[in-house]
Amino acid sequence: MNLAPEQMLLSAILIPALAVFGIILTGRWANIRELVSIMAGLILINLVTGLYQIVADGGLIAYQGPELFSGLTIAFAIEPLGMLFALVAGYLWLVTTVYSIGYMRGHKEEKQTRFFACFAVAISSVMGIAFSANLLTLFIFYEILTLSTYPLVTHSGTIKAKLGGRVYLGVLLTTSILFLLLAIIGTWFVTGSLDFRDGGLFDSSTLGAAAVLLPLYIFGIGKAAIMPFHRWLPAAMVAPTPVSALLHAVAVVKAGVFSVLKICVYVFGLDTLRQLPTTDYLLYLAAVTVLLASIVAMRQDNLKARLAYSTVSQLSYITIGALLATSAGVVGGAMHIAMHAFGKITLFFCAGAIMVAAHKTEISQMRGLGRQMPITMIAFFIGSLSIIGLPPTGGTWGKWFLMIGALDAGQGVIMAVLMISSLLNIAYLLPIPIRAFYPNDDVERPTGIKEAPLPSLVALSVTAAGCIVLFFFTGPLYELALAILS
Amino acid sequence: MITHYPVLQVIIPLIGAPLCLLFPVPRLAGLFALLVSSLAFLVSCGLLQQVMVHGTLVYALGGWAAPWGIEYRIDYLNSYLLLLVSSMSTVVLIAAQSSIRRELPQNRQTYFYTAYLLCLTGLLGILATGDAFNVFVFLEISSLSSYTLIALGTDRRALTASYQYLIMGTIGATFIIIGVGLMYMMTGTLNMNDLAERLPEVNHSRTVLSAFGFFIVGVCLKLALFPLHLWLPNAYAFAPSIATAFLAATATKVAVYVLIRYVFTVFGIEYVESVLPLQEIFLVLGLVGIFAASVSAIYQLNIKRLFAYSSVAQIGYMILGLAIGTQLGLAATLLHMFNHALMKGALFLAIGSVVYRINSSQLNHMAGLGRKMPWTMAAIVIGGLSLVGVPLTVGFVSKWYLVLALLEKGWWLVTVLVLISSLLALIYVWRIIEWVYFTPARIHLSEVREAPLSQLVPVWILVIANIYFGLDTSLTVGVSKLAAQSLFGLFGAAP
Repeated sequence: MNLAPEQMLLSAILIPALAVFGIILTGRWANIRELVSIMAGLILINLVTGLYQIVADGGLIAYQGPELFSGLTIAFAIEPLGMLFALVAGYLWLVTTVYSIGYMRGHKEEKQTRFFACFAVAISSVMGIAFSANLLTLFIFYEILTLSTYPLVTHSGTIKAKLGGRVYLGVLLTTSILFLLLAIIGTWFVTGSLDFRDGGLFDSSTLGAAAVLLPLYIFGIGKAAIMPFHRWLPAAMVAPTPVSALLHAVAVVKAGVFSVLKICVYVFGLDTLRQLPTTDYLLYLAAVTVLLASIVAMRQDNLKARLAYSTVSQLSYITIGALLATSAGVVGGAMHIAMHAFGKITLFFCAGAIMVAAHKTEISQMRGLGRQMPITMIAFFIGSLSIIGLPPTGGTWGKWFLMIGALDAGQGVIMAVLMISSLLNIAYLLPIPIRAFYPNDDVERPTGIKEAPLPSLVALSVTAAGCIVLFFFTGPLYELALAILS
Repeated sequence: MITHYPVLQVIIPLIGAPLCLLFPVPRLAGLFALLVSSLAFLVSCGLLQQVMVHGTLVYALGGWAAPWGIEYRIDYLNSYLLLLVSSMSTVVLIAAQSSIRRELPQNRQTYFYTAYLLCLTGLLGILATGDAFNVFVFLEISSLSSYTLIALGTDRRALTASYQYLIMGTIGATFIIIGVGLMYMMTGTLNMNDLAERLPEVNHSRTVLSAFGFFIVGVCLKLALFPLHLWLPNAYAFAPSIATAFLAATATKVAVYVLIRYVFTVFGIEYVESVLPLQEIFLVLGLVGIFAASVSAIYQLNIKRLFAYSSVAQIGYMILGLAIGTQLGLAATLLHMFNHALMKGALFLAIGSVVYRINSSQLNHMAGLGRKMPWTMAAIVIGGLSLVGVPLTVGFVSKWYLVLALLEKGWWLVTVLVLISSLLALIYVWRIIEWVYFTPARIHLSEVREAPLSQLVPVWILVIANIYFGLDTSLTVGVSKLAAQSLFGLFGAAP
């Protein structure tokens, strides 16, 4: 394709949006509809890869859109952090689409057209968030993402889904309207700008305002699920598993922590962040979230609920990375966005595969399942290792840099929290595959269960392989993460 | 021709109204009303364009010069609102053709269109005129015709609702005329500009003070400021859907206009602030109104009443913008007047389609309608999101400017309260969505179909306007700011 860089940027946002129309128009013919999704996914991967090559060569890509309010435009620009997020989301969308085809058909779900259409809207808004050049643009796409994922969360249309949807929307919209919007308008009022800028917008005369605005941002970005605004994530688990996998392990939650990182780096700037009196309190709150969520996760028997709380805990790693306000912390946070995405999506894919193939949702029922579903369980094992942060999986690197970041900042407590959390991860994740392969003798082995449908199996193998590949080939990711601060 | 636009704006619907009665078939009367309203719309487009180019237009009625004759004065503020009223009226009339045929008995349909055009005349007249007594005359024309419109509702409770409104409205109008009379007594003039010049000489007197007091209370009754809003929910709930859509989108906005015009142009903000803590009063009433009405809206079982209470809450936002007392705050109010008309127009028209199909506006009867009427329901969802103030809708633009004005004033606490109140809107909008999409149908819905195209088109025109003016704010924000600037600038208060 011979598109100008700006056109590529816009296409990355528009292609999924256009795919929505294709999906709706071809809704009657399931195979063609899925073909549209896959084609759009392939084009998107092509686009983000192309954009990455330009960004890696040091190219600047920006697009100035229409003026919304006086002095405020919808604008896009690609910086390394956004590029990293777009790459992760772009690649995983295709994988998830393949997985969903197997899952939705295997599970005989209804309203599949609406499902794939909303999915595409969500990805389009994720691209918008990733490439946003100012806070207004980010906020707009942030809200579209919330609204477009609501029909996905409540897909089944049951009372339980309705209640889950209430919590989901309630927490996300409340925090964003009450805190995030206030913080954004406050920033505009104090600094007269909403652009993302190297070194941030605040100067020494506006530090007091910045100290107030920081907690508003951190709590306002409910998608980052810092306690006490984490309840929406477990509530969202009523959604079909592919939704939990891509949106609530990758796109939506990562949009949250991505926004946290981006705002910390480009609105506040690390130097300013270090001087604010509120930073430390928020840092400890994030640490508390890491530990508490892990402890809650241990007590969950429902696999998806356990993974959800694990996500809450892991997201706060990234928030910690941002709030440490050291370069290693930011690098670690950025890398953890990618690494955790691959690890967690693998785990969710496995949970969905188990549900479709064996109709099991509770961990206690999964003993001895390894014999029937070996591929799924091996993938689960690899995904677990990546979440814990053990070699040879990509998760190692994210944690490594976070640790260095904590060391640089002189935060011994945070280091301790990260270590304890790793131990807790081991305790709540590894028993699942181990018991699957080595159940106690008194457990009756399930019979008549086969692996999940082929598309799902392919997808989860790909992401599990991705976890390992990312351990050995971290170079490009690392360079992107490093470029955030240069 | 162009020089006569200010008077044509009012004359066209005034003449159109009795002509409606000449048509033997109601259907033709409906089309004629639509034609008349479209002409008024074209005239208002021309007026706005003229004002943008030449500034304020002055038109002496019958050639009698200003202080003696009646003067029509078109500036940024009223040309913008003339456009709003005439465009909303036209869009609503498109949907009226089929809706009225279903909702009203054959022999009353013609009367409906006549009353509708009279009401339009009244509203346009209030906006166009520069004469204090003339405002009262047109106010009565619009009020009397809206009592008729409401009483035409087929539910018998429409009669009591209309009667209640009649009593309250008459009290309001009486107060206004007392106010005008006292002013005339002191100054010997009824021309607004003349009044503005002469009032300062006598404004230490008690007569002017009581004129002001009567006037403000009277207008606040008409615009349904909490706690003078009691007539509104019933009137909106039992009127024919089309009448509700029209009145909700225009009538209260025009009353807010009268308030702004008198506070800023006639009395002058300096006088107002020196005699009455109007800022504080408006701040408290606005905020209490927002919360009380929003909470009431949450508990409503009838969707028309629900949005009626929501209207009362939205008026609270407009009053809050006035309470800020800065140029930006006034601009936020003007902006919200326009934007709220778009939201409520879309919502009430969509509800009209629901009533058209299921003959009920009870929320529980709407259960399961999401499948049956997807386009209408999508319109309600988008209109509702606009009400909440989600980005890319006009509601967001309104909220943005209101919050910005509050921050500029340094009212942090009020800012937080305003944001919290938009969450209440989220709750009542979400209740509708849960009923419509998540609850199995309670009544027999198998024969219910999507609304006819003649209703879907106007609804979606307004829905798209909700999104368009949420993206391209150059017209709305631009004119609001210009109008606010001129209101402050002319009479010298600090911005």
